[in-house]
Amino acid sequence: MRFVFKRSYDDDIKLFKHRPQAFYYLALLILMLALPLLLDDFFLGEVTYVLIFAIAGMGLMLLTGHTGQVSLGHAAFLALGAYLNAIMLSKGIPFVITLPLAGILTGIIGMIIALPVLRLHGIYLAIATLAISVLADDIIVMAEPFTGGVTGLVAPPIDIFGLDIDRYGTPILFYFLVLFVTLFVLMIYRNIMRSPLGRAFVAMRDSEISAQALGVNITKTKATAFAISCAITGLAGALLGHFAGAFNNETFNIVLSIQLLLMIVIGGLGSIHGAFFGAMVVGFLPQFIAISRDFATDNFGFNSLSMPGIETGVFALILVLFILFEPMGIYGRWVKIRTYFELFPFYRKNMFKRQKSYLKTERMK
Amino acid sequence: MSLLSLENVTLSFGGLIAVNNVSFHVGEGEVFSLVGPNGAGKSTVFNLISRFYDPQKGNIKVNGESILRLRPDQVPSLGIARTFQNIELFEQSTVLQNLLIGRQRHRKSNLLSEMFFAPSVRQEERRHRHVVEEVIDFLELQAYRDKYIAGLPYGIRKVVELARALATEPKLLLLDEPASGLSLEETNDMIYWIEDIKKQMNITVLMVEHDMNLVASVSDRVLALADGKELAIGTPSEVQSHPDVIKAYLGTGGEINV
Repeated sequence: MRFVFKRSYDDDIKLFKHRPQAFYYLALLILMLALPLLLDDFFLGEVTYVLIFAIAGMGLMLLTGHTGQVSLGHAAFLALGAYLNAIMLSKGIPFVITLPLAGILTGIIGMIIALPVLRLHGIYLAIATLAISVLADDIIVMAEPFTGGVTGLVAPPIDIFGLDIDRYGTPILFYFLVLFVTLFVLMIYRNIMRSPLGRAFVAMRDSEISAQALGVNITKTKATAFAISCAITGLAGALLGHFAGAFNNETFNIVLSIQLLLMIVIGGLGSIHGAFFGAMVVGFLPQFIAISRDFATDNFGFNSLSMPGIETGVFALILVLFILFEPMGIYGRWVKIRTYFELFPFYRKNMFKRQKSYLKTERMK
Repeated sequence: MSLLSLENVTLSFGGLIAVNNVSFHVGEGEVFSLVGPNGAGKSTVFNLISRFYDPQKGNIKVNGESILRLRPDQVPSLGIARTFQNIELFEQSTVLQNLLIGRQRHRKSNLLSEMFFAPSVRQEERRHRHVVEEVIDFLELQAYRDKYIAGLPYGIRKVVELARALATEPKLLLLDEPASGLSLEETNDMIYWIEDIKKQMNITVLMVEHDMNLVASVSDRVLALADGKELAIGTPSEVQSHPDVIKAYLGTGGEINV
């Protein structure tokens, strides 16, 4: 068991609780920086994909996991980010401006859309945001002069101060670009969560009435949460556009929205770790299935190549298992295992009660 | 001048008149209690002051100014804090985090400075923490500082809610049944705390309570309500011996002959 001796208020403000924890994360960072030396281009691409999904996951986690507002419309904001970035790039604006601008604009547009929608609660909010996702699909097709309609757009090449970054040409540089954005978003996310605004988010999730009675402006705070969430998702969208190379309305369909939400549920609602764990499941699952399929074909001789929809099936199965047995997601399971060893032998089975993290009904109104 | 005054306030839900033409004034430094049987409209009065409900008639004034144009989240900035009858804490946060949310009305930092955790934000956090630590010392919550609410017993949660209200540094504290569900010992602690809140911190207290022992020991004045109407107002002993109050609590008597 570890006892952390706190000597000043700053011990509760700082990012890492104790030295060993800081050391683990530093080690992880070094591993991530050294990854291009360890992996070939294909797997580095897969890791890049996971990181992009982790950024999008962080965007949705802030809104759903920490503020308690369900959104089934986040594919629309991924799309917005991707299209804004690609359109601005094709106008000759440099990437160092288009990427942050795509994020900021997506945040602003997201907030404008959110203002009427956020008056809704729980399942009604889910339906309204689902409508955003459906609408986005149609709008992309209709706004053909800008978006290229069903033909789609090709993301123009990235050029940062003379450095050509391309997913296929220079995968290592693209990986570092994505890693940088991930770390940047992570830093902002952590900072917000340890400041008054982050506490207001969590307060609103757990009891809106009580948050209001303590001076949290519900409408404004929800809109802020939506704006930050959309901005982060927009950044992920812009990167996803470059990762995909070419994209159209089909790239950002409703399934992607649902996949994002399921991702953070599997990862663990209400924790930043959850966004990363969820992204790993979503990102590596297709590869895992492909590898095990090859393995099965080689060793048992049956040909499973002609099994359509197996990915969706396995994904759904994992989700059902998680909701039944581990509603707190992968991160929740990890916390339980860690607590077991930290408290050994004093761990009790009911130390982690099941709790709702979102979709809480209002009791007073 | 009175800190809080209700003037002929009426609120009805459909046909049910929850609060019927109620007027009272709470002076600065006073402990004022609302008593009455269930459904008398006591908590409704609290929700009116918190601006969760709009009165149909009448006016509510704080420091002589009407608060009816304010949103519920603007009420704390007047220095009004409250607790809830059914504890409304943030269950998945620690005691410390709960108390820090009480500092929300003093937030000066903006989104941009918080995103990069500017030095000003850190300074502000330290100041918030200092105030919160004083409240923790006052209510003896040191042992629970880093515990999650979900795992705390009822009595402690009640104290945490009081602590969270105090962390806002209020001028007027609304306590909705501070002693309900508490043991005798815990109720006695509550009596001392309310007295200290009044004397040491100079906070005015408006309280809804059923425990007449607590009401009688801490209140300066008591208002008895029944069916949304005022029955009696005065010192605790005056109200307790008022014939209408006895009637409301015990029934008319004499009409049933066994």
